[in-house]
Amino acid sequence: MAERRLSASAALAEALREEMTRDETIFILGEDLVSHSGIFGQFKGIPENFPGRIIDAPISETCVAGCGVGAGLTGMRPLVDFHFSDFVTCAMDELCNQAAKIRYMFGGQVKLPLVVWCPDGAGLRAAAQHSQSLEAWFVHTPGLKVVVPSEPADVKGLIKSSLRDDDPVMFFQHKRLFAKEGPVPEDADFIIPLGQAAIKRPGADLTFLTYGSGYHLCLQAAEELAAQDILAEIVDLRTLKPLDMETVAHSIQNTNRAVVVHEACVTGGFGAELAARIQVELFDYLDAPVLRVGAKDVPIPFSPVLEDYVLPSVAEVIEAARAVTYR
Amino acid sequence: MTLDREELLRMYRTMVCVRQFETLAGEYFAAGKIPGFIHLSIGQEASSVGVCSALRSDDFLTTTHRGHGHLIAKGADLDRMVAELLGKRTGYCKGKGGSMHIADFALGILGANGVVAGGLPLAVGAGLSIKLRKTDQVVVSFFGDGASNRGPVHEAMNMAGIWRLPVIFCVENNGYASTTPVARACSVPDLALRAAGYGMPGVTVDGNDVLAVREAADQAVARARAGQGPTFLENKTYRIRGHFEGDPQKYREEAEVQAWRDKNDPLQRFAAVLRKGNVLTQDLQQGIWDEVEAQIGQALAFAEQSPYPEPKEALEDLLVNP
Repeated sequence: MAERRLSASAALAEALREEMTRDETIFILGEDLVSHSGIFGQFKGIPENFPGRIIDAPISETCVAGCGVGAGLTGMRPLVDFHFSDFVTCAMDELCNQAAKIRYMFGGQVKLPLVVWCPDGAGLRAAAQHSQSLEAWFVHTPGLKVVVPSEPADVKGLIKSSLRDDDPVMFFQHKRLFAKEGPVPEDADFIIPLGQAAIKRPGADLTFLTYGSGYHLCLQAAEELAAQDILAEIVDLRTLKPLDMETVAHSIQNTNRAVVVHEACVTGGFGAELAARIQVELFDYLDAPVLRVGAKDVPIPFSPVLEDYVLPSVAEVIEAARAVTYR
Repeated sequence: MTLDREELLRMYRTMVCVRQFETLAGEYFAAGKIPGFIHLSIGQEASSVGVCSALRSDDFLTTTHRGHGHLIAKGADLDRMVAELLGKRTGYCKGKGGSMHIADFALGILGANGVVAGGLPLAVGAGLSIKLRKTDQVVVSFFGDGASNRGPVHEAMNMAGIWRLPVIFCVENNGYASTTPVARACSVPDLALRAAGYGMPGVTVDGNDVLAVREAADQAVARARAGQGPTFLENKTYRIRGHFEGDPQKYREEAEVQAWRDKNDPLQRFAAVLRKGNVLTQDLQQGIWDEVEAQIGQALAFAEQSPYPEPKEALEDLLVNP
């Protein structure tokens, strides 16, 4: 049977339709959703099939996020659409002071099912305020889970897990990957548990630890490296919090070398956390320092020549791979 | 007066309870028994009791750093409240929240909030949830005159307005945002004037007259339950204590505080009305004060005898599925 292929947008919409059919308490709240089924078409089929359960809010990110929290605390399972992940800055109190802390601060009295869906990432010439990768901010906030899928099947499996989870989840999906297709299981019960990384390409010489758009850089780099007889293993982390350190360790124990690749800027990025944990937990297995590849430490600039220069490239990933393998 | 005798006495008793709770909390704080800092609502009892007595137990409430009165008026358990103030394991939040973060989800109390105006967007979410679940619950969100100037209030009131959500925005205008007099921080003398901008009625009441507050709250609740949307209720009141316990209060004259205490105490005013209406006798009044004192004494004993949490309990209660 031919493998069914869907775009990441279609995978998301399918997963949402399946989950909204299964669970009446799920609803979607955000800006400009109903007339276009989401500005990226990510909610296709939902306005007509679930009237009243996808709601257009005014441009009020603060209150939209807070509304998600209030509804999640009172019996609903909201998915809040953030339009562009950059706008989380308008709702940091609701996300980091309220959503993240409510269960803990109140002594575990309550659960807060809430998915905050954030289209993120650069490459669309959208400049500094519509192009960021902000996942590390939320990894640094206890009480939030952070999911960053790279392929359509991951989008489907992980959004379903996130909607079924009883804790708040920040779900980052790269804008440039919405149209990219991949195989997606048709099974309505297909889920990928949160906190489960995947070894998506085996290799003996080094490990790429990556997620989101970084995965696609690693895939290209691994192809080119293979031609030079350097075999890179790719671990797609998929969930940054909780982190599947077991799979990370398993891979590094085999390859003894690791390069972390993400689109976010390097300083203070998730790569720093990962490198720190690796040197503590896997020191004896390392044959080279853990390297990081990410964006340069500036805001994302507009002009294509500038943006391309700032973002991590396949060439930089290859260079890092050669450095850790001393080849 | 349409409220029956029993209800009037219940309201008076609750006001006495808030007053005594806050007074004792202040004493305990001064004695070093309460860690951190606390914000007391002495002088504002008519607002908390007037509004909360209009609610059902399944209605929702969000409150503020100055929230003890609202919690008590919504029916919170005194033992667990005091224990939380003391940081004990038997407290509402097992010692993780303290004075500014008490919630009781079984009573619809979605939490006191340490962030000024932090509760309003949550209240709108609860209102939307009510609408989606098609129940006739209502939500009250208490906030102060200081909070009224924050951005989330604008977004929250607009959203509740367009969706006609069953939310009552209750601002307790107590004269000061921390140290700043309301006239210097707010663009209008009556904050309820702002309601017009959000398509909802705005009502300003004498917030130290518990019956006036109750009447306004009853109307707002009836509107909300009938699907007629939100109401903005401004209770004009006065904060007798400082912003926090230990506040040097250089921003106001002691004579101003004394005048409110002497001439406009909400408990004395309500007692006078009840005495005049033959609802309250001196004996009954004394009985209520004694009974409440005993109840709070019991709560204090419970809290003092309760154990502190084990340090490692700090790592519990973060996530449902870690």
